[in-house]
Amino acid sequence: MPEKSASPHYCLTADSSRLKPVGMPKALFAAIVVLLWSFANGQTKDSCLDCHSALPEPLGVTQEKFSHDIHAHKGLRCASCHGGDPTSDDPDKAMSRKAGWKGKIDRRQIPQLCGSCHSDPAYMRQFNPSLRTDQLSQYETSVHGKRLAGGDSKVAVCTDCHSVHGIRAPTDPASTVNPVNVANTCAHCHADANHMSAYKIPTDQFAEYRKSVHHEALIVRGDLSAPTCTTCHGNHGATPPGVASVANVCSTCHVFQAQLFDSSPHKQAFAAASMPGCVTCHSNHGIVHPTDEFIGTGDKSVCTQCHTQGDPGYAAAAQMKQQLGQLQTAIGNTDQILGTAERSGMEVSQAKLDLTQARDSLIKARVAIHSFNVDRVASDIKPGLETAAKDYDAGRKALAERNYRRLGLGISLVAIAFVLVGLRLYIKQIER
Amino acid sequence: MLPRRRFAEILLGTGFVATAVASLYPVLRYLIPPKATDLGTDSVVAGHAGELKPNSGKIFRFGSRPGLLIRTASGDYRAMSATCTHLSCTVQYRGDLHEVWCACHNGMYDLNGRNVSGPPPRPLELFDVQVRGDEIFVRRHREG
Amino acid sequence: MTLLQNVRQWLNERLEWDDLIEPLRKKSVPLHKLSYWYFLGGITLFLFVIQVLTGILLLLYYRPGANEAFESVQYIMTQVQFGWLIRSIHSWSANLMIFTAFAHMFSVLFLKAYRKPRELTWVSGVLLLFLVMGFGFSGYLLPWNTLAFFATKVGTDIAGQVPVIGKPLLIFLRGGEEVTGATLTRFFGFHVAVLPGLATLLILIHVLLIQRQGISVPAKLELEWKAHPAERREMKFFPNFMLRELMAWYMGLGVLGVLAAIFPWNLGVKADPFSSAPAGIKPEWYFLFMFQTLKLIPAKVGFIDGEVLGVLLFGAVGLLWLLLPFFESDDPSRPKPWISRFAVFALAYVAGMSVYGHLAK
Repeated sequence: MPEKSASPHYCLTADSSRLKPVGMPKALFAAIVVLLWSFANGQTKDSCLDCHSALPEPLGVTQEKFSHDIHAHKGLRCASCHGGDPTSDDPDKAMSRKAGWKGKIDRRQIPQLCGSCHSDPAYMRQFNPSLRTDQLSQYETSVHGKRLAGGDSKVAVCTDCHSVHGIRAPTDPASTVNPVNVANTCAHCHADANHMSAYKIPTDQFAEYRKSVHHEALIVRGDLSAPTCTTCHGNHGATPPGVASVANVCSTCHVFQAQLFDSSPHKQAFAAASMPGCVTCHSNHGIVHPTDEFIGTGDKSVCTQCHTQGDPGYAAAAQMKQQLGQLQTAIGNTDQILGTAERSGMEVSQAKLDLTQARDSLIKARVAIHSFNVDRVASDIKPGLETAAKDYDAGRKALAERNYRRLGLGISLVAIAFVLVGLRLYIKQIER
Repeated sequence: MLPRRRFAEILLGTGFVATAVASLYPVLRYLIPPKATDLGTDSVVAGHAGELKPNSGKIFRFGSRPGLLIRTASGDYRAMSATCTHLSCTVQYRGDLHEVWCACHNGMYDLNGRNVSGPPPRPLELFDVQVRGDEIFVRRHREG
Repeated sequence: MTLLQNVRQWLNERLEWDDLIEPLRKKSVPLHKLSYWYFLGGITLFLFVIQVLTGILLLLYYRPGANEAFESVQYIMTQVQFGWLIRSIHSWSANLMIFTAFAHMFSVLFLKAYRKPRELTWVSGVLLLFLVMGFGFSGYLLPWNTLAFFATKVGTDIAGQVPVIGKPLLIFLRGGEEVTGATLTRFFGFHVAVLPGLATLLILIHVLLIQRQGISVPAKLELEWKAHPAERREMKFFPNFMLRELMAWYMGLGVLGVLAAIFPWNLGVKADPFSSAPAGIKPEWYFLFMFQTLKLIPAKVGFIDGEVLGVLLFGAVGLLWLLLPFFESDDPSRPKPWISRFAVFALAYVAGMSVYGHLAK
């Protein structure tokens, strides 16, 4: 460890343009504090952090923030990226070009700087062999990467998403790139109308996403299998999927719907009209929970965007809506009668259990809609209707049994009436 | 025409007997225990030995919900809730995939009930299986 | 001799009960305009017997314990033959019994039958009324449904407001700090063992006192009959009054049957201690007048907490009720007027507050 310099040393003050000499006793005191601090932290000498942790933003990096940083955990220090000499307390020596000090890294150089380690598999293997090393090459294919190469420095670079001095692993819930936080991170730029004013793309994606079922699943219910921005757009190679391929992205999870769609007349029709599959009806960012109102010819229907009265599609839409409604009503009626029977004390638990199959059929029918084929939907609706009818019957039988009880009651009341009349007469008799 | 008193006595007697029978009959029927002696909430007989071929499954009733009893290819039994954690459809065992499958949205669970693919957000609740003689008992899992 | 006479003689030779039965032959009931009110006591007793019988039958299938109670009641209602009937009769009869107990108490109050020498009959009766309400409170929890769970929570919370002993009382009632399965077990014990034991004892005392002292006659009438013994009207208990009472009992049985068959008692939804209380939770109707009173008392009255004041008030009124006969004058021709006025006020209050409590949100 190099010896402490005996000359008065300097510290950058808040007004960083002026160096102020510090008196000897103060310097000694500061040195002792710093030495004790570094002993206490069990770390090797790091003069960068010693000074910069006392500075305010934007030059400040607190010890606390840096303590969460994954690079710090792995043993890298300020000098690993910024260069310079961390062993010296003399700012001139510590931040000298001779020592390799780079100062603040220019935005346009950040991807290369990060890539200098992260794209080197041999180097990365020493730290985390399972980490990918293709981020930089992916980035270069992305909209961000391409625009940066063209000279636009307003686009996102590594540090915009990953943050810089407090980088956490993506699995850490506090990380800016953890799935639950990704949308917020993207929205920093993409929802800022001022920032995006030059790009002529909408800035409502985040607002729309917030309304969606995917947001509700991921952020509200914590279901990590739900998509966020990067799931559909990619993370390092972020690019919108494009009209022709967006359906492929959706079909990664929504397999049945995609298969049915592919075999439906809509596939050709949409491709011919350059309309994206899935998105045309369900939208891209603000995907809300579909209701039966989406189908058919009502005012909330998506079918009437293209179909008009008279064309076969219009008729099919109306028919499918009617099929769904029919099964829903049948289930509702059966539910009601079984509920009445149960509240009257009748045993209908088997029928109630069986009714779940009818509900299953309705759920399957709603998937079958994506074939846009009335017969295909009917193949799910029919068994559902049969089950609902069977269980309705069971409900009726239960109510009949209930009425049978009332008959028993009636008979008992007659017997009681006998007793009452008999008592009355008997009393009259003995009191004559 | 019966004398009034006699008539009253007959009416009274008939009435007493009738009400006594109308009261005692339900009580006596009540005292006879029903066939299903268990409440069906904690443990049920899900099947019988030999009923299931290896690598097949069946749905049984557990309380008011369906359960899935699987006989694996190696012959041992697994049991879990058959209510899909996505939208509550009833799942089934797929012998060709050796996994539990939900026909509604292609959800998949492994033989330990873990949700491995598709929309289900949570695993299926596992039950304990005990084979006692000819009967296969399924019980809600209790902490050791 | 007939068979009946043979049996009687056989028993008498062994039990020697002739001298005990003799007074019963002479037992009589005074006859006057208000004699019909005398039926209420007997009806209450009849309903109590129904409760004991149906309760014992329910005991054969009911399982106390948070994870089985609800299911066992469901089992009784849906699987056991005529289980629905037994359970519905038990629930309806409970409510009817509480009603007739209150009616009996008010009729005795207005007829002033509590006056000397019947003070102890009144005291045992009021204690029985308290027990009967305890039966209702403890029994209500046993099906372990949502309404019962939260009603118990609210009710025991109020009990905890009693000064000094409130907290220990709450813990004693609940079997812990919160309403849990432990509360259920405890309430079950109260409902099937403790309260029936106490009630049987008190009923015996109550009925024995009535047997010894005979049935009370309204004060004015008593004086008239003393002056003119010839005007005294009476009915023999056996068989005349007994037969009439039997009619009332059979009518009660009919009413119970109709209620049980046409309005079977609800099962509700199984209690979930972690869910929040349903809005507008209310106790059963017989506690409504107290509940509504507590709701109307402002949060703070002077330096005393409103609920504590309410609880203290009820305690004071309850004590007054218990000891009422001792406030009455000894001279039957000059009863204390404030007691009559208070009685009218009490009836109006209980009835009015119950209706108010029922209609209020």
